[in-house]
Amino acid sequence: MIPAAFDYVRAGSAEEAIATLATHGDEAKLLAGGHSLIPLMRFRLARPAVVVDIGRLDDLSYIRGGGDHVAIGALTRHRDVEISDLVAARAGLLGEVTSHVGDPQVRHRGTLGGAVAHGDPASDIPSALIALGATLVAAGPQGSREISVDDFFSGFLETALADDEMLTEVRIPAADGARWGFEKFNRRAQDWAIVGVSAVARAGGDVGVGLVNMHSTPVRAAAVESALAGGASAAEAAELAAEGCEPTEDLNASVEYRQHLARVLTRRALEAAGL
Amino acid sequence: MEISVTINGTTHTHDVEPRSLLVHYIRDVVGLTGTNIGCDTSSCGACTIHVNGESVKSCTMFAVQADGEDLLTIEGLADGDTLHPMQESFRQCHALQCGYCTPGMVMAAVSFLEENPDPSEREVRLGLEGNLCRCTGYHNIVKAVLHCAAGGEQ
Repeated sequence: MIPAAFDYVRAGSAEEAIATLATHGDEAKLLAGGHSLIPLMRFRLARPAVVVDIGRLDDLSYIRGGGDHVAIGALTRHRDVEISDLVAARAGLLGEVTSHVGDPQVRHRGTLGGAVAHGDPASDIPSALIALGATLVAAGPQGSREISVDDFFSGFLETALADDEMLTEVRIPAADGARWGFEKFNRRAQDWAIVGVSAVARAGGDVGVGLVNMHSTPVRAAAVESALAGGASAAEAAELAAEGCEPTEDLNASVEYRQHLARVLTRRALEAAGL
Repeated sequence: MEISVTINGTTHTHDVEPRSLLVHYIRDVVGLTGTNIGCDTSSCGACTIHVNGESVKSCTMFAVQADGEDLLTIEGLADGDTLHPMQESFRQCHALQCGYCTPGMVMAAVSFLEENPDPSEREVRLGLEGNLCRCTGYHNIVKAVLHCAAGGEQ
């Protein structure tokens, strides 16, 4: 399983990477930690003509959080998010969810931005970003723009990023004093979630819930959130977890089983968040 | 593309195809065959090495990504004829059966203990979740890691 041949460009800056993307359009792919892209290339499900290596752009690896949000550079590795005291204090759900991604070796290489830009509905991290109401910052030839996480995932492995844009930062509204729960159901260690649920209850009372592997995209459990806002109990609200979702059927689970898992895991995640 | 990679303290310079995977480079070009290829899909951990001191699956990195980096493979772990404490613990605890997963298991375990020097048994199991032993010999592997964490020797 050797990937198809490609031209390799090592970007010295974000601007250089974006310029290379602008030249090659959808023929080019960005390579960060490589733990989503390289497996796809090995199966030849992805065959980019040009690979732009942004893995050495250390200025996009940071975690800052002085103000009303936590800002994490897109090239921050999962391991750094997992062990960050700042993330634990101000966006604890993300720290916990990150600790469940893949395995230690994967977390040493994989990046937050890479996992998000991959747009995989089975990935754990987008569910946390949905629950926390993150904003994603994308840079392109015309400058930067901010994209709400609710507008970011547009289809299976598709995002709102244009061919010549790269994700540079993830911003999370600070969740000091929040309680949270993350439930991931899988059959074996290290497997992808058959279904997963991220829930966060902010100190002010707002609740956010994101689902893993329940739709063609990472998805918000909007019906659960509005039921809770309307005074429903965690158990009552969790019954609505699969509403509006169109999960797929595969070897691991039927549609009905995924819907059932979503309801049960949402109740558990809400209870862990103190609801 | 020409790359220079330091492996076990020796710098190697070669011209490689961008699509060459790091594990193939280490085995077929440099000739260090202690690092095994197992699943070929980033799952089994047999190809685990250290890149700048951290465990990494070398089947999920291109060799060009390792340009200028400092790598450690199983061949570089022992100090001459003196086994690394983790290798010695694996030997004492009989933590291998067929031995195929062992190089990756040892490299993952060394990296794990550097991050968590005093783990519980559960933490060891979670810390090694990226490594599969198809002999299912996990019990003694976990014992060996705990033995090493406790200072080795008996």
